[in-house]
Amino acid sequence: MQVPAAFEYRRASSVEDALALLESLGEEARVVAGGHSLLPMMKLRLARPEYLIDINDLSDLDYLRVEGGELRVGALTRHRSLLESELVFRHFPIFHDAERVIADPPVRNRGTIGGSLCQADPSEDLSAVCAALRAALVVRGRNGTRVIPMAEFYRGPYETEVGPAEMLVEIRLPLVANAGSAYEKVERKAGDWAVAASGAAVALEGGRITQAGIALAALGAATVNSVRAEQALLGREPTEEAFAAAGRSAAEDCDPVTDGRGSAEYKRHLADELTRRALRRAADRAAVAALAAGAAGEDG
Amino acid sequence: MQVTINVNGEDRSADVEARHLLVRFLRDDLGLTGTHWGCDTSNCGTCVVLMDGEPVKSCTVLAAMAAGHEVRTVEGLEGPDGLDPVQQGFIEKHGLQCGFCTPGMMMTARALLDRNPDPSEDEIREAISGQLCRCTGYLNIVRAVQWAAQHPAEAEQAPAQTAGSAA
Repeated sequence: MQVPAAFEYRRASSVEDALALLESLGEEARVVAGGHSLLPMMKLRLARPEYLIDINDLSDLDYLRVEGGELRVGALTRHRSLLESELVFRHFPIFHDAERVIADPPVRNRGTIGGSLCQADPSEDLSAVCAALRAALVVRGRNGTRVIPMAEFYRGPYETEVGPAEMLVEIRLPLVANAGSAYEKVERKAGDWAVAASGAAVALEGGRITQAGIALAALGAATVNSVRAEQALLGREPTEEAFAAAGRSAAEDCDPVTDGRGSAEYKRHLADELTRRALRRAADRAAVAALAAGAAGEDG
Repeated sequence: MQVTINVNGEDRSADVEARHLLVRFLRDDLGLTGTHWGCDTSNCGTCVVLMDGEPVKSCTVLAAMAAGHEVRTVEGLEGPDGLDPVQQGFIEKHGLQCGFCTPGMMMTARALLDRNPDPSEDEIREAISGQLCRCTGYLNIVRAVQWAAQHPAEAEQAPAQTAGSAA
């Protein structure tokens, strides 16, 4: 039987309360939301916090709303809500692609976006999604709020910018006109971690790519955005040649390791192929969004 | 710590350690052994129960986290009028062989039908995709859920009539 080592349990009644608990209990306290990453790690003694601060009662951190030109996602929003939300699908179909293949339905009922991002597992899908979308993350501490770009939030495997007495409270995703996004993942079986995955987001203007985000998962410890792949797309028409150039750059710049899920060579091949596939679908979706915006403009 | 969870409509309390898992609370403290305990790693899904109406893997929920919530286990499926249609469906369609995955499968089926009374085969397969069955290959489990969808509770008084279509 697998059981975590002993710890003390506290249930936070508000964000302020959680922050006060984090401060008073010190560095050996951890926030737990869905618990589907932390509890398995605690069972294996890979994590051994002395205190768990349960934030599941903080329903004011569970929301999806458009505000200030952004989609704002509360950190306690469950995977299932992201999968089923029409609002999220309309603006960022990449979430729908990714959430369909994150774990399985009972796990998605519990796991949260905030927990996924704070876990910062290099194989975790939403980190790649948020990097491709250029998310900004709102982190609160007792002394105020910081807004951190995704590229700075992720500091390496299992390490983020969130300090010991801080917590992630919101994810902000900029709404972009004429944009589309997609996620492509290869997994061994339903609910498994990715063998490799690629997320892509593009915006089109006058038939050319004006913004591009490419981010990979399970393809190396340091991988967040594939910067050269993004640059390879800017100013170009969304053609197979452009996608191939981006795919090649993504494959060259990633750093996969050989493990039970596949060889480094195979994963590098996937980085290329999945990036191309994600770009094709993202560009198709961007074209549809542009058409719809054009039609709406003519009607108006 | 003292934990009180509403289990199958009744408040149940026990004095447990913070690290006590919900599956152990149900099985060891309450004696509700219908909820099975399998992989311990949130993979196999045999420990699925409903928490506030939705399936969760009870090996990866602390009893303390479930305190104040409503938990429904397989023991709470049967109603005053008899078996839940999901249970009857598993009988009609031979939805189990060894029975180890069955409680979790039935709880997931109940939650699915509560939300979507007429699911497609794909929707049923997606709903049970977090749960492993090593006997039937899933076909009869899917058929059992389809049977339950076709026989909602009020039509339950005529099981003989359905026996023919089951063959």
